[in-house]
Amino acid sequence: MAAGAEERGHRDGVRATLPLSIAVLGFGVSFGVLARAAGMGSVAPIVMSGTTFAGSAQFAATSVLSAGGSVATAVVAAVLLNARYAAIGVSVAPYLTGPWWSRFLHAQLVVDESWAISAEGGGRYNPRVLLGAGLTLYAAWVGGTTLGVLFGNVIGDPNRLGLDAAFPALFLGLLAPQLTSTRSKQAAALGAVIALALTPIAPPGVPIIAAGAACVLGWRR
Amino acid sequence: MLIKAIGPILLGGRALPARVAGLVGLLAPALLAALVAINTFGSGRSLVIDERTLGVAAAGIAVWRKAPILLVVVIAAGVTAGARALL
Repeated sequence: MAAGAEERGHRDGVRATLPLSIAVLGFGVSFGVLARAAGMGSVAPIVMSGTTFAGSAQFAATSVLSAGGSVATAVVAAVLLNARYAAIGVSVAPYLTGPWWSRFLHAQLVVDESWAISAEGGGRYNPRVLLGAGLTLYAAWVGGTTLGVLFGNVIGDPNRLGLDAAFPALFLGLLAPQLTSTRSKQAAALGAVIALALTPIAPPGVPIIAAGAACVLGWRR
Repeated sequence: MLIKAIGPILLGGRALPARVAGLVGLLAPALLAALVAINTFGSGRSLVIDERTLGVAAAGIAVWRKAPILLVVVIAAGVTAGARALL
């Protein structure tokens, strides 16, 4: 779709992201609804979407809280899940130039989707596409969260609508594209086993953090 | 915020050591799988099989058929709500 030699710009980032943004908006709405149902109030979920801007980590923290886990375990679970952004950030680092505050702001717009869209192949990334895609997704995510928080009580008891099954389904959908190697499948299987084994004996949230230990499978090689 | 910024600000240009990158790359699948398992079977401190299991199984089929993620979530919620209303 890119016109041969012509370099992609901000608008290409926005255009490529628009269909995705509708899904992200719906995602944001469900985060607002679930976060409110988990007792996060109405301001906290919006602030979290505005500052954290990382769906899977936010959903993880919310699911720990709604299971009765402490705030500390929710935060650790979210941080561990976001650790991949350290690696993703390193991959785009060579293409983000300018003063430190500009690199800092660009880095905030890196999410799985904007990162994937800005990839030019061969490990190169287009910072203008990243900016356009990131801003579009950001608006959809924060806007969706606000809608979910505002109209969540119209929807009523989320369990009656099966929204408690929305969490695992969502994580399943996020997990599937990560299972690219034998090792990642082993890590996923081990993580699930650790989490289930610890559920009866550890406080809520801890089994999820402990499952992160499954990544030691990546140590040897 | 800091996690996302740490690469571009501190490490400009250099790559993570391969060993560390291998670890970080497996964190997300391990944690996501744990989240799937706990949110499907966990109920406080016990493990149960209930209507959610049906919903997540349906979602699994949808993921396998490469359905968009929003549809996957809607299917899971719909099947679970349906099962709850019927059973």
